[in-house]
Amino acid sequence: MAMPLTTPEERVALFQKLFSDTIPHNKALGLRVLAVARGLASMQLDWREELVGNPETGVLAGGPLTAMLDSCCGMAVATMLKNPEPFATLDLRIDYAKPATPGQPVIAEAECYRITRSVAFTRAIAHQGDPKDPVAAAAGTFMLGTKGRVTPGQSIARGTGGKETAR
Amino acid sequence: MSIPLLKRLAEARKHGDVTRLTDAIPYAKWMRISPEHSTGELLTRMRYHDDLIGNTFLPAIHGGTLGAMLEMAAIFHLLWETETETVPKIVNITVDYLRSARPIDVIAAAKVTKQGRRMVNVFAEAWQDDRSKPVATASAHFLVKSADEPSSL
Repeated sequence: MAMPLTTPEERVALFQKLFSDTIPHNKALGLRVLAVARGLASMQLDWREELVGNPETGVLAGGPLTAMLDSCCGMAVATMLKNPEPFATLDLRIDYAKPATPGQPVIAEAECYRITRSVAFTRAIAHQGDPKDPVAAAAGTFMLGTKGRVTPGQSIARGTGGKETAR
Repeated sequence: MSIPLLKRLAEARKHGDVTRLTDAIPYAKWMRISPEHSTGELLTRMRYHDDLIGNTFLPAIHGGTLGAMLEMAAIFHLLWETETETVPKIVNITVDYLRSARPIDVIAAAKVTKQGRRMVNVFAEAWQDDRSKPVATASAHFLVKSADEPSSL
């Protein structure tokens, strides 16, 4: 279902719709898609009282970061699919490098660096402005061709890739 | 740092009511993740609500929320079942996704795999209506005695 997408803004708007606005948990977190290109995805999570783990410090809980990193890695996978197919997270590892500074947004940047017939490999970091000073790092693998219907996000296939044009 | 949570823990112990811990953690409240021990075993429950959905077509609960509740299950376990004097600080977590989680409650249990002086390794398992069919498992490391950086909890 590749679509002709001409500008980066249009791509971001489409991915915002498919990977945040129409996914209830991502919408509840208020995830914002910042950028997308073939194999690459970036999202932002804004600080919110409800997402805090420790009210004394105001530091975000690990959960919202886990959810954002999972989603961001999944979005990177979607941009690499040759053909639309359902996929699901197989495993996800998160290293919590340091607490996120309260009140500031957290940005996730994910890369799908290899895709095979059955498995996609991703890595991601979460930072607050300096990617060299991450708050968390993640590695996720995804199983391709899982049960169920293809979601609109999973049917985006390679049509949206940065330099690749739609078929 | 985290005095309210440890205070809440002391209070919960005094009343023998672990559910009081949820109130000290805004994210746990928002996610409706709460510890319970009505069966004598400490379990952590994530009550189903529509905001947990990650795939509306299956439908299935978002994988990130399963990771989050396994992490909370490990923390509640450490707080309640071990003699911790600090709030455990998570170092890392690895989540294995075994089945898609349906739109119903998710329950998790945790156990300490190895207790070190500073570091604890915890294993947690989440299921829905059949405990023999886990939807996800996780293993995580926590620093339990350290003063270098504040915990996210």
